Amino acid sequence: MNGAIKIGEISDVMRPASASSAADERSVLDHIHSWIVSVDHKKLGLMYIMYGLAFLVIAGLQATLMRIQLAAPNLHIISPQTFNRLFTMHGTTMVFFAGMPLIFGFANYLVPLMIGARDLAFPRLNAFGFWLSTFGGLLLYFSYIGGEGLSGAGSAPDVGWFAYAPLTAKAFSKGHSTDYWTLGIMVSGFGSIATATNIITTIFCMRCRGMTLGRMPLLAWLYLIVCAMVLIAVTPLTAAQIMLLLDRFAGSHFFDTQAGGSAVLWMHFFWIFGHPEVYILVIPAFAFASEIIPVFSRKAIFGYPIMVAATCAIAFVSLSVWAHHMFTVGMTSTGNTFFVVSTMMVGVPTGIKIFNWLGTMWGGKLRFSTPMLFAIAFLFQFLIAGLTGIMMACAPWDWQLNDSYFLIAHFHYVLVGAIVFMIFAAIYYWFPKATGRLLNERLGKWHFWLFVLGFHITFDTMFIPGLLGMPRRIYTYEADRGWATLNLICSMGAAFQITGISIWLFNVLRSLRKGKLAGNDPWDAWTLEWSTSSPPPEYNFAEIPTVKSRRPLWDIKHPTDPDWKYE
Amino acid sequence: MNKTAKDFRSTSSAKTPCRLFEIFGITQGRNATLINRREREVPTLMPSNFRGNAVSVPSREFIIPPWMFWIALLCIVPQALWGAERVDSSLIPSTFAPESAPAHSISQLARFVLSITGMMFVLVAGLLTYAVVRYRRRANDDGIEPAQIYGSGPVEAAWTTVPFLIVIVLSLATARVIQEIQDARKPASALDVQIVGKQWWWEIRYPKLGIVTANELHVPVSQGGRRLPTFLDLRAADVVHSFWVPRLMGKIDLVPNKVNSMWIEPERPGLFLGQCGTYCGTQHAKMLLRVYADTPEEFDRWVKQQKELPENDPAAASGRLVFERTACINCHAIGASPATDRRFGPDLTHLMSRNTLASGALSNSPANLRAWIKSPDEFKPGVLMPAMNVSDSDLDQLVAYLITLK
Repeated sequence: MNGAIKIGEISDVMRPASASSAADERSVLDHIHSWIVSVDHKKLGLMYIMYGLAFLVIAGLQATLMRIQLAAPNLHIISPQTFNRLFTMHGTTMVFFAGMPLIFGFANYLVPLMIGARDLAFPRLNAFGFWLSTFGGLLLYFSYIGGEGLSGAGSAPDVGWFAYAPLTAKAFSKGHSTDYWTLGIMVSGFGSIATATNIITTIFCMRCRGMTLGRMPLLAWLYLIVCAMVLIAVTPLTAAQIMLLLDRFAGSHFFDTQAGGSAVLWMHFFWIFGHPEVYILVIPAFAFASEIIPVFSRKAIFGYPIMVAATCAIAFVSLSVWAHHMFTVGMTSTGNTFFVVSTMMVGVPTGIKIFNWLGTMWGGKLRFSTPMLFAIAFLFQFLIAGLTGIMMACAPWDWQLNDSYFLIAHFHYVLVGAIVFMIFAAIYYWFPKATGRLLNERLGKWHFWLFVLGFHITFDTMFIPGLLGMPRRIYTYEADRGWATLNLICSMGAAFQITGISIWLFNVLRSLRKGKLAGNDPWDAWTLEWSTSSPPPEYNFAEIPTVKSRRPLWDIKHPTDPDWKYE
Repeated sequence: MNKTAKDFRSTSSAKTPCRLFEIFGITQGRNATLINRREREVPTLMPSNFRGNAVSVPSREFIIPPWMFWIALLCIVPQALWGAERVDSSLIPSTFAPESAPAHSISQLARFVLSITGMMFVLVAGLLTYAVVRYRRRANDDGIEPAQIYGSGPVEAAWTTVPFLIVIVLSLATARVIQEIQDARKPASALDVQIVGKQWWWEIRYPKLGIVTANELHVPVSQGGRRLPTFLDLRAADVVHSFWVPRLMGKIDLVPNKVNSMWIEPERPGLFLGQCGTYCGTQHAKMLLRVYADTPEEFDRWVKQQKELPENDPAAASGRLVFERTACINCHAIGASPATDRRFGPDLTHLMSRNTLASGALSNSPANLRAWIKSPDEFKPGVLMPAMNVSDSDLDQLVAYLITLK
C-alpha cells in the first residue's frame, strides 16, 4: 500500500493486544511475560536500557570497592586476587554489558520513531539480539559462582578486560573463569552484530515519505555509521575469541607463547576491535548531543552536512589507529610514526564536531534544563578527553603515559565524562517520551551538580599520579611514591558520584508515579518522535508522516517560515 | 503585526550574534525573529495526533547552587594535606623530573605538546563559556525563536584547516623524537644488560661481565663528557611485563618470544624507582624495580664485588646444608653452591648486597628474610614461592647462611 495507513485499519490489527480493560486484569506474571515475548522496538529498547543501567550500577559498585582499597597506600581490605577480578569485571561489564546495551537500547527506541517507521526492519531478529546479549552478560556473571578457578568454584576472570595473551593461556589461567569471559563476550557480540544489521536495514529501507538521507535526523545518521562500525569491528574480536577457545580446548597455539604462539597477535586482534569500540560507544553520545543541543539552544544544528562527513571520517580513520594502544610493545620507528599520524588525524573531524556544537549554541537562546546541563558538561569534558588523547598519541610521551593512571583518567573522561554524561542527558530528554512523565527538574539539578563535582574530584586528580609514575591495575601502592593523598581525593569523589546516582534513581522511581505529565512535546522540539503521544502507541504513528525538511515539527510550528525553504 | 518597542529590542539583540557572519556575507541561514510567537502554537495536521505543548521553564535557572562552594572548600583540605605528605621528593618517580637522556627528550616533547593543547583548551573552553553565558535565555525573554543559522562553509573550512595544521606540527615534532630515541646509535662504551621479566620479579644479567642479579639494576652515570649509556635488551619468561622507570625512560614491554630494546643514560648518581607497567597477574602491584645510578668508580667497585664468589663461611655450613637439602635449591642459584643453573627464582649469590627482598615488597634485613622464608604469602599474597615449612632451628641456620652472601 502506497498511501498513509488510516487509524481505523490499524485498530483492527493492534487494538486487541493493547486493550486497556484487559490489561488491568492481567497478573504481574502476564505482564512480565508480555515483555519477555515482545518484539516491539520500544519495549526491547527499554529492556536494553534497563539491562544496561543495571550493569552500570553493578560495575559502578565494583569501581567503588576498588577506590576504597586504593584510598591509602598498602591497604589490605581487598586481596590482590579479588582486586584483579574487580577491575577485570568492571572493565568488561562497562564496555560490553553497560555501554553496548545502552547505545543499542536508545537506537532501538529512537531510530524508528525519528525516521517515521513503525518498528525495526526485523523485529524478531531484534528480540533475538537482545536476548543473546543478555545471555552473554549472565554467562559472564555466572563465573562468580560457577566458574571453577584456582581457588575452587566461584572465581570471576582476572585477566584484565583486554585479556593479554598469554595470561589467558591454560598455563596461567587455570579453571574456567577465562572461558566464561570469552564465551560471554562472544555471545553478546553475535547479539550486537544482529542488532547492527537490523538498524542499518531499518535506516536504509524504512524511512517515511520525504525523508531522504539528507533529511534524516543526525541521530539516525550517526547510528547508521556506528552500526557499520560494529559490523567491521566486532568480527575480528569474535575471530580472536574463537582462536582463544581453540587454544584452551583444542590444543592449538595461536596465542600460546610457551609453544611458540604470539602474544602480539592477540594485541593486534583485540585492539583492531578495541579502538573502534571506543568510537562505537562515543558516537551515540555525539548523536544525543546533536539532538539535545539544538533544541535547548533553539537553533538548527550548525553545519549538518559537515557533521555527517566528520562522523564518517572518524569512523574511517579510527579503523587504522589501533596500534596506538601498542606503542610500548616494541614496534619499529616507522610503525610508531604511522600510528602517531593516523591517530592525530582523528583529532581533526572530532574538533569539527565540537566547533559545530559551539556554532549551534552561538546566537541561540540557551535553556538550561537538566538535559542541556549534562550536554554542556559533556562539551567541556569531551574537549579535555580529546586533548589528552592528542597527548597520548605522541608515541614517546605515550611510553610514559600508557598503562599509567593518566591513561585511566583520559579514558574515563571519554567513557564517563562524555558517554555517561550524554546517556544521562538522553535519559532526562527522552524519559518523558517513553513514560509520559517528566523527571523532576530540581532533583535532576542535584543529580547533575553532585555528579559533575564527583566526576571532577575523581578524574581530574587521577591524571597526576599517572604523571608521577603510578601504573594501572595495582591493588596497592608504596607509601614513598607521593601518590597517597591524590588517591585519597580520587576515592572521595566516588562518594559524590554515588550520591548523585542515588538521587537520580530516586528521581526515576518517583517520577514514574508522580512526575509532571509531559504531553507530546515537552521540550518544544523538532524531530518526529515528539509528534506522537507519550508514550507512543505500539504502532508509533497513526499516519505515517511525510516530511519536507530535517525539522518536520519546526515546519508545522512555523508554517510561514519552514525549514525546507532554506535547506 | 503590531510591533511594540520590546519586539524591536529583542529583534535587534537576537540579530547581534549573527552579525559576524553577516559582515562577511557568509550566512547560509535566515532571520526568523520576525515570526510572531502565536504562529508557533497553530499546529497544522501532519502527524494527526500532534499537540505542541511546551512546558514553561523557570527563568533564572543557570545558577550554581551555593552549597557547591562549601563542598569545593571541603575538597581543598586534602589538597593541603598533599603538600604536607612526608615523602622524599627525590624518590617520586615523576615523568616531569627526568634524569636521563631519552627521558629528557620525552619530557621536552611533553611540555611542547602540553603548551599547544593547553592553548587549544583555553581557546575552545573560553569560547564555550562565552557562548553559555552570553547566549543564555534571559529572564525577560520574549519567546521569539533566535535566528536560524544552518552553517557556513568558510567558517567550517577554517576550523577544519587550523586543527589540521596543528596536527601536522605535532606529528612532525613527535616523529623527530621517535627517531631520536629509537634509532639512536649505540656507542662502543655502552654497557649491555639483559632484563628478563618473570612473575613477579626481574632477572638482570650483564652478559659481558658474567653477573646475574635481580630486581635492582646498577648502571654507571655519564659524567664530564664521558658517555656511558646502558643498552637494555628485554624479554619475558612467562607473560607480558613492562619495564618502567619514569625518570630514566618511558616504559617498554617485555613480551614472550620477542626481544625488545631500549637505552638509558642517567646523568647523576642516585636511586630511581619504577615498577612493572603492564598487568601481569596476581602480584603485578609488587613487581617493583630499583635502578641505582652509580659513578663510574662506584660501578666498577660494584662489578668487582659481584664477580667475586662469597667465601664459604664454615660457621654457616649447616645453613648451607639446609639450603641444599630442601626445595630452595630447585629454584635459586647461589654461585658457590651446586645450584648455579637454577633460574626459576632470583639468583641469591649476592643476596645481601641488595636492599630489598621479594622484588621490593620488603626491605632486606635478617629478620625480614626469616619472616619471608617462613611465609612468603603473608607479604606478597599469590607469590609463586611456596612456604618451605622448615623447622625453626633449620630456619635460623638457613638465614645465618644466607646473610653471609654479601
